[in-house]
Amino acid sequence: MRRTLILGATSAIAAATARLLTERGDALYLVARDAAKLGAVAQDLRARGAAVQSAVADLTDTKRHEALLAAAADALGGLDVVLIAYGTLADQAACEADYRVAERELRTNLLSVVSLLTHLANRMEAQRSGTIAVISSVAGDRGRASNYVYGSAKGALSLFAQGLRNRLHPSGVRVVTIKPGLVDTPMTAHLKKNPLFASPEAVAKGVVRALDGGPEVVYLPAFWHLVMLGIRALPEGLFKRLRL
Amino acid sequence: MSGAESAYTSQYTSWGRYPRAQHRVRRLAWRHDAEAALTPGDGTVLPYAYGRSYGDVCLNDGGTLIDTRALNRLIAFDPQTGVLRAEAGVSLEQVLAFAVPRGFFLPVSPGTRYVSLAGAVANDVHGKNHHRAGTFGRHVRAFELLRSDSASGRAGCTRTRTDSASGRAGCTRTRTDSASGRAGCTRTRTDGARLVCSPEENPELFRATVGGLGLTGLMLWVEIALKPIRSAELEVETIKFANLDEFFELSAESDATHDYTVAWVDCAASGATLGRGLLMRGNEAADGPLTPHTTRRLNVPLEAPNALLNPLSIRAFNALYYHKRRAKVVRTRQHYSSFFYPLDALGGWNKLYGPRGLLQYQCVLPYAGDAGPLKMIFRAVADSGMGSPLAVLKVFGDLPSPGMLSFPRPGVTLALDFPNAGARTLALLARLDDIVRAEGGRLYPAKDARMSGRDFRRFYPQWRAFARFVDPRFSSSFWRRVTQDAAQETGGDGEDV
Repeated sequence: MRRTLILGATSAIAAATARLLTERGDALYLVARDAAKLGAVAQDLRARGAAVQSAVADLTDTKRHEALLAAAADALGGLDVVLIAYGTLADQAACEADYRVAERELRTNLLSVVSLLTHLANRMEAQRSGTIAVISSVAGDRGRASNYVYGSAKGALSLFAQGLRNRLHPSGVRVVTIKPGLVDTPMTAHLKKNPLFASPEAVAKGVVRALDGGPEVVYLPAFWHLVMLGIRALPEGLFKRLRL
Repeated sequence: MSGAESAYTSQYTSWGRYPRAQHRVRRLAWRHDAEAALTPGDGTVLPYAYGRSYGDVCLNDGGTLIDTRALNRLIAFDPQTGVLRAEAGVSLEQVLAFAVPRGFFLPVSPGTRYVSLAGAVANDVHGKNHHRAGTFGRHVRAFELLRSDSASGRAGCTRTRTDSASGRAGCTRTRTDSASGRAGCTRTRTDGARLVCSPEENPELFRATVGGLGLTGLMLWVEIALKPIRSAELEVETIKFANLDEFFELSAESDATHDYTVAWVDCAASGATLGRGLLMRGNEAADGPLTPHTTRRLNVPLEAPNALLNPLSIRAFNALYYHKRRAKVVRTRQHYSSFFYPLDALGGWNKLYGPRGLLQYQCVLPYAGDAGPLKMIFRAVADSGMGSPLAVLKVFGDLPSPGMLSFPRPGVTLALDFPNAGARTLALLARLDDIVRAEGGRLYPAKDARMSGRDFRRFYPQWRAFARFVDPRFSSSFWRRVTQDAAQETGGDGEDV
């Protein structure tokens, strides 16, 4: 039985992942900000037979991180897997108009995750085992006019995770970076849907596969790997003229 | 984020893809803040999940659809009794994936598993075991209904706090249930009410909502009693019958020995072969693996050209299908997915009917030993030259349906699929209406896109009693279509005929 902590457990991808982990018997500890949503997700997993514990917390409050992780580790009797799945899709126009909005987005999507990763890295390095998975985004692979604030937070996060992977390799700790493309979730409810959108369930399957082994940087669904190869390969002189 | 909505879109269609409609869409992700979905502002609302009803009961042209597919969480399950409480948008497919490995199955299932729990309640669906189990609604223990109006003025309705039905077997109260406090706060926005309905609690609203076509409020969760199974497989017999009299004999005999019966009729056949077909009957296997279905592999990627399903190809298909089995009786062991959901194997099969869509026609006719009325229908279909590739026949039992507008009643039900060929198809269906009306039968709203308001009100004399329970914020294309001309019809106070 794996002991798994999910931070941001009410996100659609996290909740779908938690169902799959329940089927295989993981003991789960869920953290999310909204008590009612967290309750609904935990109830679903309990009805499916999972051992679920949970805590309500605003993860942007970095001062609480150490205590929160200690409480989760105590409750589970240790930590084998940690999935960091929260984030906000920044309103690009609002970020452009007001630095404070951009700063808030960077705090949520980057700095608070860096704080968690720092605590987790030290904990798992000491125990010399474990898997840390973080949900980044294909948006972090190249800055675009339509969402470069969100994209820069995710891009920096991917880079941070890459460095951490490098640091933790000798201690046997895996660091997994997950880069979903467009996913049909409440986060993207306002976007017009097209065939590029994947379901949270499909992405969750890929997350579980990545937690189990294999490559430590995964695009979900996999076709985004090719798409982003193409997008990264475009020369800047051309790219800046495109409105993507 | 329950209030997310886009501009008008035509992406939401019914399964028949006729008629087409324009909607605003609100996607509802959390049951505790569902009040936001009923906030006034853009016309009437109607819940929508997988769009498997055929005509316009799931459409609300010019209004708003509340997409409930993200309400897909379980709430409680009792592995001893098989009582399951789950959110309204949980599909039967999701229920099966969860329940079958645990040794439970749906008490009643329609011919597709891509139906939400709330949709199954709202259309009070039936299945191949109607003669034993009645309709879906008979197995519903309770549901929670969110109304846009205050229920205090409604006689017999008791307002309940969210999820407070903790006394119900198998359902444990948890911390989240305190979300009811929030429901109280948001009431100022909508003056709505959350009502738990069951045969005992708010029984009138329960009867209105079962078969109530989504018009009585927004269902947030449904509690049903699953039934225990020992295998995911069934022992199935397929038997040829040469005419309708033989069908009725075979059906009566099978109803006594089998949980599930249904027949397919070659409705391109005429003359001496009129009413020939295949009867499928099955019982659950006594032992076997409890493996749920796998997800489908094949999808219809694009619309077929209109000409694909023409009278000639349908005739050929039917004859082939009838003669495929040489023997009079074929015995097989089948997984439930191929027995109950053969069409689900081909995703988007409705697109085979081309861009103009299809029209389903499902009626129930009283039966007292005379196959004459059915023969008239088959003759009318054969004479029209418009074949139906799928003609399904089933004798209903006499277990009463709990809903005011529930379709099933004792007799024989026939379902036909027609490619939409415009006026010709509509003229044929109008002829069939004449037969159904004269025989005292009725049509199934979930399958209908065109019956007249007069016919609907004649078929469902309780419609006026039902109308009192329609939520003032809710409407559908179907409901407007069948009620808009009611006023000119009667001045009286009784039910109109």
